[in-house]
Amino acid sequence: MTGWQTLLYKEVLRFSKVGFQTVAAPVLSAVLYLLIFGHVLEDHVKVYGRLSYTAFLVPGLVMMSVLQNAFANSSSSLIQSKIMGNLVFVLLTPLSHWAWFLAYVGSSVARGLIVGLGVFSVTLAWARPEFAAPLWILAFALLGAALLGTLGVIAGLWADKFDQMAAFQNFLIMPMTMLSGVFYSIQSLPPFWQRVSHLNPFFYMIDGFRYGFFGQSDASPWLSLAIVGTAWLAVSALAVHLLRTGYKIRN
Amino acid sequence: MPAVSFQSVSKTYPTPKGPFQALDGVSLDIEEGEFFGLLGPNGAGKTTLISILAGLARATSGRVLVQGSDVQADYAAARRKLGVVPQELVFDPFFNVREALRIQSGYFGVKHNEAWIDELLESLGLADKATANMRQLSGGMKRRVLVAQALVHKPPIIVLDEPTAGVDVELRQTLWHFIARLNKQGHTVLLTTHYLEEAEALCGRIAMLKGGRVVALSSTSELLKTATSNVLQFKTDVALPASIAPLARVTGRIVQLPAQDAHEIERHLAALREAGIATEDVEIRRADLEDVFLQVMGAPQ
Repeated sequence: MTGWQTLLYKEVLRFSKVGFQTVAAPVLSAVLYLLIFGHVLEDHVKVYGRLSYTAFLVPGLVMMSVLQNAFANSSSSLIQSKIMGNLVFVLLTPLSHWAWFLAYVGSSVARGLIVGLGVFSVTLAWARPEFAAPLWILAFALLGAALLGTLGVIAGLWADKFDQMAAFQNFLIMPMTMLSGVFYSIQSLPPFWQRVSHLNPFFYMIDGFRYGFFGQSDASPWLSLAIVGTAWLAVSALAVHLLRTGYKIRN
Repeated sequence: MPAVSFQSVSKTYPTPKGPFQALDGVSLDIEEGEFFGLLGPNGAGKTTLISILAGLARATSGRVLVQGSDVQADYAAARRKLGVVPQELVFDPFFNVREALRIQSGYFGVKHNEAWIDELLESLGLADKATANMRQLSGGMKRRVLVAQALVHKPPIIVLDEPTAGVDVELRQTLWHFIARLNKQGHTVLLTTHYLEEAEALCGRIAMLKGGRVVALSSTSELLKTATSNVLQFKTDVALPASIAPLARVTGRIVQLPAQDAHEIERHLAALREAGIATEDVEIRRADLEDVFLQVMGAPQ
């Protein structure tokens, strides 16, 4: 293995060793959402005029799990290593900022997809899936996981304390995912909130992902792809810059 | 070409009370194969200098070369040549000892490293801990793993930042035996330590830092010659007379008085006799590195 592959392997090994916490627990939470919301709303809501609420909810929950776990992976790994001091083992190596970026984002994508696949497998017990356009499913899963994994790198570098990390997660990542249309189609919202939702980049990740399953969505999947792709490039440019200059880790 | 070349290295940290200058124009060269000691009190800038060398911090001005490779512009080449043992007792709780060493090898792109990892484990007395999780190891064992991690890629230059702070006698013996062997095989060693007897025994050349500046730089034997050559040492329970009290170094009951020659020793003894001071365990010994260190650090800049 070359240097960056070793760092990627180490990061994957890290979350695998605590799989109950990093994979099984988020799968369980997503299934609880499905059981509770599905049970309450199943008979009252039809989406796009034809879908049962549970069928509609599954892709949203899968994507939400992908996004939250991709973010949690890189951000918690970095802040733990900073606080424990063992980041020094990586800092002392010849690994370039690109190697760091590939390894931390790559392992976050891996964890996001594993948890997403886990949630999806369990939900098969409640809803039979459609696969209208599978390539879109793959594209949005990968891109969404990469975007959140990259945001996690930025948050992990920026935060000095677990407290700041929790604030980033609870006041930024959580509300933006929850308000992105995981639990509802934004067409059911009043016009003002529809417009607000269109400003939330997380909306396009969930909406585009859902398009892959049902062939129907609130926004065009091409528009969603363009917005999510641009957002990823922008945060990647920032993350690579922070890694290159050693922001908060090489002073 | 020197193994390590510090060229006018300065470092200023911003603090709430204004900028703090940790290093002020440090220049020194460490030659290939040297066992070099970096000494100084806490806050003198030793760790800052090592951090800049290792790429953990950036110099505000000046530059550092490792066998000709600039630690900033050509960091990958510089870091391949360095094996750094950090001062803090850090570890990754997710892995066992062998995993940690394999991963560290991988970061440097070293493949098929098992033979060398086995040799490191053996030489550092870690062979029976290879599959133990890092969390289960005692402080001394963690320190040994830090040394092994720094050496996985067989670096020509080994940097040890206070490796023996708070470790037991057995580990010190193991460690110094091993490092001395590597030095004989041609590795350059840069050591910072608070234990001056260690530096005196091991280091061929020594630099002393004070307030971010180099205040002494010489071979260990030259440094020892610059010291007042003898020390009169005894134990007493009472206060010293005013004539000699300012010259004395007092540690509990032990009093040490520097003296150039036999005449000065006689004068010290006469002063004690006149004051009627009872003394025990009187001896005259040659000055050691600690005497030099205190003399250099005590001198006004």
